[in-house]
Amino acid sequence: MNIQVNGEWREVRAADLAAALAELGFAEAVIATAVNGTFVPAPKRSAAALADGDRLEVLAPMQGG
Amino acid sequence: MLSLYEVPVRSRLLLGTARFPSPAVLAEAVQASGAEVLTVSLRRESAGERAGQAFWSIVRELGARVLPNTAGCHTVKEAVTTAHMAREVFATSWIKLEVIGEEDTLQPDVFGLVEAARILCAEGFEVFPYTTEDLIVAERLLAAGCRVLMPWGAPIGSGMGLNNLFGLKALRAHFPAVPLVIDAGIGVPSHAAQALELGFDAVLINTAVSQAVDPVRMAAAFAQAVSAGHEAFLAGPMEPRDMAVPSTPVVGSALLR
Repeated sequence: MNIQVNGEWREVRAADLAAALAELGFAEAVIATAVNGTFVPAPKRSAAALADGDRLEVLAPMQGG
Repeated sequence: MLSLYEVPVRSRLLLGTARFPSPAVLAEAVQASGAEVLTVSLRRESAGERAGQAFWSIVRELGARVLPNTAGCHTVKEAVTTAHMAREVFATSWIKLEVIGEEDTLQPDVFGLVEAARILCAEGFEVFPYTTEDLIVAERLLAAGCRVLMPWGAPIGSGMGLNNLFGLKALRAHFPAVPLVIDAGIGVPSHAAQALELGFDAVLINTAVSQAVDPVRMAAAFAQAVSAGHEAFLAGPMEPRDMAVPSTPVVGSALLR
């Protein structure tokens, strides 16, 4: 299926968020995720099914004021 | 000692981590500043570059407490969602809550700010709201559950110092027991000293240090200014007067005309 990852269309085979993150190269990374604008806590990623067209945000620590 | 949500903080200088020339300069500046609290943010991560992972390992090595912000959020929903994500990533209930209302001044949307603060405080967050010096907004933020306020000195990154002295003094006088941190607008160490002299509890500085020609040296200068300003506040500054008052005693002056 095709999903948007941080604004870019990507094709993923995984059906849930945890598997998609691993497939996209985010395994072990310190990140927080949101699907279609809603925060998905780390413990709930395996149970979060993805659908074609979903918008995934993957955020990580960054410099800030 | 200053206490922010029951956390004792020795340094009254809080430092932002943005716009430093390099991670090495950031690390050196943090040490020179003596800051124990650093603001950080969340941004989209690229699996290839992993810039966020590299930054996070640098910050963790510094050993400082982090204060994540919701910079760039313009709505209550964005700010609340960002706070949730920050709590998970940074493993802290502290959140510097920013709800930006206007692009040119980056002035907080105080209505959205109060609403977001109410939601986050109810969820157990310890909220540091980036606000204006408005007394009524401050009251609403405290009623929402905030126990620290962060009024702006001037627009973010402007370096103009304390723009509304009357308003800031009134805020300080009105809430003598609430930790007040001047956030935004400080340009040079004398601005920071002035804030502490007025009795503000701390200042949060970023651009004034990171954009200095020598950020490490400037960080040290701010540390001294903050310390001097707080000492001056404790010492009790004299009242200004409109007319001159001779400092040398006039009693016993010779008549030499």
